Amino acid sequence: MSELSSNAKKVIEEHLGRYPSKQAVTLPALHVVQEEKGCVSRKAISEIADILELSPAQINDTLSFYGFFRTEEDPLGKKRVWICRSLPCMLRGGDELLAELCSRWNIQPGQTTADGEVTLELAECLGACDGAPCMLVDDELTLCVTADDVEKQVRGGA
Amino acid sequence: MSNEDFKPVLLARQGKPNSHTLETYKADGGYQALAKALAMKNTEVIDVVKASGLRGRGGAGFPTGLKWTFLPKDVSGPIYLCINGDESEPGTFNNRVLIEQDPHQVLEGIVISSFATRTTTAYFYLRYEYGRCYRVLKDAIDEMYANNLLGKNILGSGYDLDVHLHRGACAYICGEETGLIESLEGKRAWPRIKPPFPAIEGAFRRPTVVNNVETMACIPHIINHGAEWFMSMGVPKDPNNPRDAGSYGPKLYCISGHVNKPGLVELPMGISARDLIDKHAGGVWKGRKAKAVVPGGISMGFMSEKELDTPLDFAGPGRVGCLGLGTAAVVVIDDHTSMVDVLYNACRFFAHESCGQCTPCREGTAWSTKILERIRDGRGKLSDIDLLLEISGSMGTIPGTTICGLADGAAWPMKNAIHKFRPEFEEYIKSGRRSESPALAGAH
Ligand SMILES: Cc1cc2nc3c(=O)[nH]c(=O)nc-3n(C[C@H](O)[C@H](O)[C@H](O)COP(=O)(O)O)c2cc1C
Ligand code: SF4
Ligand code: FES
Repeated sequence: MSELSSNAKKVIEEHLGRYPSKQAVTLPALHVVQEEKGCVSRKAISEIADILELSPAQINDTLSFYGFFRTEEDPLGKKRVWICRSLPCMLRGGDELLAELCSRWNIQPGQTTADGEVTLELAECLGACDGAPCMLVDDELTLCVTADDVEKQVRGGA
Repeated sequence: MSNEDFKPVLLARQGKPNSHTLETYKADGGYQALAKALAMKNTEVIDVVKASGLRGRGGAGFPTGLKWTFLPKDVSGPIYLCINGDESEPGTFNNRVLIEQDPHQVLEGIVISSFATRTTTAYFYLRYEYGRCYRVLKDAIDEMYANNLLGKNILGSGYDLDVHLHRGACAYICGEETGLIESLEGKRAWPRIKPPFPAIEGAFRRPTVVNNVETMACIPHIINHGAEWFMSMGVPKDPNNPRDAGSYGPKLYCISGHVNKPGLVELPMGISARDLIDKHAGGVWKGRKAKAVVPGGISMGFMSEKELDTPLDFAGPGRVGCLGLGTAAVVVIDDHTSMVDVLYNACRFFAHESCGQCTPCREGTAWSTKILERIRDGRGKLSDIDLLLEISGSMGTIPGTTICGLADGAAWPMKNAIHKFRPEFEEYIKSGRRSESPALAGAH
C-alpha cells in the first residue's frame, strides 16, 4: 500500500509544473506529508524520492537540515505549539512563559504531552514581536499570550 | 517634509475594511501603476526605480534599480525574481503586516518588478510561520489570475507572468539570498560562495533577482508618483561621502521590547531612535529609562542610551559602531535588564541558526553561547570578556572568514555589548551571581 495519500500525490503533481527542476518540489512534498501524518516516515521519503527522481538520501538530507520535520520515531501531537524565545519576546516574558508551560504539562521543549494532544516547541523570532510574548499554533500566530491563554486555546479550558 | 506632515504611504490602507481584497485595492487606485508600467519599456521602469534612490529594505540596503541592471542584457531563457518573505530577523515584523493587510500592494510591486527584469516566473518565498499571510496571498493571487493581472497577456500588454508561493521550513538562514535559492531548489539552505552573484547565476542556475517584500511594496508608488516624489522624503546623500547613496522614501519601523506601545510605524527615513520611542511608541515602559536599543534587528548590535539621537537612516547606526540600519527593527531594552542576559539571548539565536558550513561561524556562535552560559551560571572568568571579543573579531564576511553575513550579525551584538557595556560584564563576573531568568536545560 502506498504511504502517500492520494491528496499528497495530487499536491506533489501540481507543484511539478511550477519549477524547472523536480527537486524543487522537495519542501512542498515534505510539508503536505507532515501536515497529514504528523511526521515523514522512511517509506514516505522513498516514495517522494521516486516521484522526484532523486535518491531517498537527497530527500533525507534536506529534511534533516530543517529541524521542522519529524520522523516516524518522533511524531507530532495533534497540535504543535511554538513559544518564541528571541530577544523581544524574552524582554516581555517569553522565557517565563515557556518554563511555565513546561512545568504545567510536565514536558520539555520538543516533547509531546502524554495524551498525544500537544507538542511544545521553542521558536526563534516568529515575526510578531509587536505582540510579545507570542505563540504559533500550527501556522497561526497569537499575540500577547499568557500561560492561561495558551492552555485555553490549545487544551480547551482546564 | 517634516514628520508631522507625513501621510503613510505603505500603510495608507491599514485597518480599512477588507483592505486585502482586489475590489477595495482597485477602488483605492490599485493596479494603475501596473497599467502605467506596462505601457513603458522595461528599461524605462528600471530607470525610474534607479532614479528614485530606492534601496533594498531587506537589510543590506543595496540600490534596487542598480541591482536589476546587473542582469545580463541579452540572455535567452528564463530570468527569475525571488521575493524574500522569510522575515526572521529578531524584532522584524513589517513584511507580515504588509502582506496580511494589503497583499495586492506587494503583488502589484512584484508584477511591475517582474516586467522590469524580464521575469516570467516569480517565486514568493514565505516563511512557514506566516500561515495567515500564506492564505491571504493565495486568495489574492487567485483574484489576480481571474482578473487578467497574472497569467497570459496581462491587461492586454502581451506580457506573461506566473507567481508561485513557496513555503519555508523555519530556518533563519533561508533569508540570506543564496540560502533562499538553495532552499527553493529543494536543498539544505547552505548559502553559496559569491561570485557568481544571483544576477548572473541564481535560482536553477539562471539569472535571478532577490528582493524583499517591503522593497516590492514601494514600487507601485514610485511608478505612480515618480522618482522625485520618492526623493522628497528621507535623508539626502552626504555630499562629502561619494559612496553614500542616501536614504530616500518612507520606511517601516518595527518597535518592540520595553516600550508602552510596541508596533509598526511608517515615517520618512531618518527619525532618531529617541523620537521613535518617545513620540511613536509611548516611551519606555514602567517609567524606566532605556539602557540599550537595537537599531535594526539584533544582527545590527546595540546603541547605548547616549547614542539614541542617531538618525535611523542607512548611514546613522554605522556612525555609532552598529553594523547598519538592517531591517529598521528597533528593540528597546530598559535599565532593569542585564546586558549579560541580552547578549546570551542574541548568541543563542545565532548558534541555533548558523547553517554550520563555515568553521568560524559554527564554532564561534556555539562557543560564545557556552561562554555566556558559564558567565550566567556564576562561573565566568574576567578573561572570558576578551575571549568573546576575540571570537567576534574573527568571524564574518568583514574579516573575510565566512560565506555569508550571518556571522557578521552574530559578531556585532558581541562587539557592541562588550565595547559599550564592559563594566557591567566585569561586575557581573566578579560578583559570581547567577542569572535570575529561567534557562532551560537543553533548550538550544
Ligand atoms: C543571515 C541573513 C538573513 C537574511 N534574512 C533576510 C530576510 O529574512 N528577508 C530579507 O528580505 N532579506 C534578508 N537578508 C538579506 C538578503 O540576503 C538580501 O540582501 C535581500 O533579500 C535583498 O532584497 P532587497 O535588496 O530588496 O533588500 C538576510 C541576509 C542574511 C545575511
Ligand atoms: S557564515 Fe554561518 S550561516 Fe553563513 S554560510 Fe557560513 S556557517 Fe552558514
Ligand atoms: S521575538 Fe518573539 S516574535 Fe519576534
